[in-house]
Amino acid sequence: MTSRKSVLVLGGSSDIGRAVARAFAKAEYDVGLAGRSVAALEPDAADLRARYNVEVGLHTFDVLDIASFEGFVAGLPALPEVVISIVGLLGVQQQAESDLAHATAIMRSNYEGPALILGLLAEKFLSRGSGTLVGVSSVAGDRGRASNYVYGSAKAGFSAFLSGLRARASRGGVHVVTVKPGFVRTRMTEGMKLIGPLTVEAPVVGAAILRAVENKTDIVYVSAKWRLVMLIIKTLPEVVFKKLKF
Amino acid sequence: MTLVSGWGRFPVVDSDVLRPRSLEAVAEAMVSGTVARGNGRAYGDAAIGVARTVAMTGFDRIRWFDPATGCIRLEAGVLLSDLIDTFGPRGFLPFVLPGTRFVSIGGAIAADVHGKNHHCEGGFGRYVDSILLRTGEGETIEASREQNSDAFFATIGGMGLTGIILEATLRLRKVETGWIRERVISASDLDAAMRALDAGDAATYSVAWIDCAARGKDLGRSLIYLGEHAGKDELPAGAAAFPAGKDPGLGVPIDLPSMTLNRFSIRAFNELYYRMGARRAGRSHVVSLYPYFFPLDSIADWNRIYGKRGFLQHQCVIPENGARAVLGEILDRVARRGDASFLAVLKKLGQGDGILSFPLPGYTLALDFPVRGDILNFLDDIDRLVVAAGGRLYLAKDARQSRETLNAGYPALSRFNAIRKSLDPAGNIRSKLSQRLFDEV
Repeated sequence: MTSRKSVLVLGGSSDIGRAVARAFAKAEYDVGLAGRSVAALEPDAADLRARYNVEVGLHTFDVLDIASFEGFVAGLPALPEVVISIVGLLGVQQQAESDLAHATAIMRSNYEGPALILGLLAEKFLSRGSGTLVGVSSVAGDRGRASNYVYGSAKAGFSAFLSGLRARASRGGVHVVTVKPGFVRTRMTEGMKLIGPLTVEAPVVGAAILRAVENKTDIVYVSAKWRLVMLIIKTLPEVVFKKLKF
Repeated sequence: MTLVSGWGRFPVVDSDVLRPRSLEAVAEAMVSGTVARGNGRAYGDAAIGVARTVAMTGFDRIRWFDPATGCIRLEAGVLLSDLIDTFGPRGFLPFVLPGTRFVSIGGAIAADVHGKNHHCEGGFGRYVDSILLRTGEGETIEASREQNSDAFFATIGGMGLTGIILEATLRLRKVETGWIRERVISASDLDAAMRALDAGDAATYSVAWIDCAARGKDLGRSLIYLGEHAGKDELPAGAAAFPAGKDPGLGVPIDLPSMTLNRFSIRAFNELYYRMGARRAGRSHVVSLYPYFFPLDSIADWNRIYGKRGFLQHQCVIPENGARAVLGEILDRVARRGDASFLAVLKKLGQGDGILSFPLPGYTLALDFPVRGDILNFLDDIDRLVVAAGGRLYLAKDARQSRETLNAGYPALSRFNAIRKSLDPAGNIRSKLSQRLFDEV
């Protein structure tokens, strides 16, 4: 047991996961990285140790394997102060329209799994009476769009879950942060046409999440421009919105 | 295919750009006509594959670091800025810092970049102990001074043409602080500038900024910046031992119209810069490493100053003997032309380490020119002066030199090509630069 702060990153091998882990390690948190393959996380663990001289633990975690969640939480060497869920699957909207298995994978990866694991951890945090849970959701959940509503609806569900959890948990000393990164240049968005001024690099998201945890922010749009963009998109009347192409 | 260019934004060409995330994906990415790319800070066509460009910025992990020795093993896509930000506060800096910190380690090795200390401490490659290289033949080899030493010395300064650099082991310098004790000397003409640089041979860091708009008796007037690592006891009261590096703040949001750069604006800028520097001359003071080593990094996207058509950097090195006359002639032509860069850089170099490394003992002069008018012919004429003086051009900055200029300047080219052939008999590793300058046609 150390007296240092600790963070657990679910989805540690994603570009945002790596960036978040670095931001927290730099701020002297010990880090747990969880992902489907511990072997794949090894190089990142070595990176964090070499850079910041912190303790790094690795854990097997599959967001689609709900049956494993209780064992996963019970198997953690210590309950961390901060848990961040980065997991998600963008998928391919067009494929999801006719391929139920693909649509299911998108829905479960972005809503069911992340919500259930954070919910489970919230109970532990509440019995301890402290801790911060961070869910990386998406601006895509603010309004369903023709081009990605399967992903967007799952993110909307996740955002609503986090919002409700925040209201309940805040009374028990536990803080919940919802992060809406907008466009991030990562493996997920590779090959997509991103709008330059609205696009950020993964380290910017990492720094924003660290700041949100330390300042106890509720909802974070990583780029402030997105808050405005989404405000406009959310307030467009449906009759106008359905005629727009995006 | 994607349109790609180097930092100078000339030439712009088609290449298939891939950004692999695993070593297996790097192996699969290699096709005939591939070259690796780091952070795209080479000015010309060095980091553009003939058919495919493999962007290595996804490989940014440190493998291990030994604080007892300062030895570090890292992936080739780690940026120098990342290394400085992470290990600077722990008391370690790279031995060699070029003019921008936004280069990848792989790129720094491939170009064997030099800093303001080349005259006494050599180039980036001198502090590389070993390199993990994926050759064009598809083998992954570890190369060092002892093991695969031909591949090692061909890779340092080899412009990525020996294969894809995957990882490297470097030695870092132990420093007490991130501050430099700087002394500025003002030199009223080229003779004085060269004398001041010669006198600065004993200084760890030395560089001269030349006013290349100055003519006649002012030709070559410059500010010489000498620097030493500052100890903790030399810092201003309350200063942190390691200053924070700011992200490039003030950016150049759009391509400036080409009118912005004209002989009047350039003259005015140079005049002002020279006068402000001359006022500080003589006294020694302490500055953060960021403005000292990376003056241009504080302006994001400064390459857009030159407009959409881009710019060319001409960096030559002239052997010490006879350098005065040639440098004078070049500077005179540049000043008469009137559209050269805001500031030119003059510094001394020592012996290079790699087979194709740019440095040789002498003076190097770096100039920027917007791409317009008869600039290509003008630079061809300058090249003839360089070649006649036994000099050569820096490949990391080149976009237009001829095969003749290259052959005259790099006598070790045939040895380099023989090693390249042994690592890659089928000729899979080829860049736009190698196609332009070395490959058999």
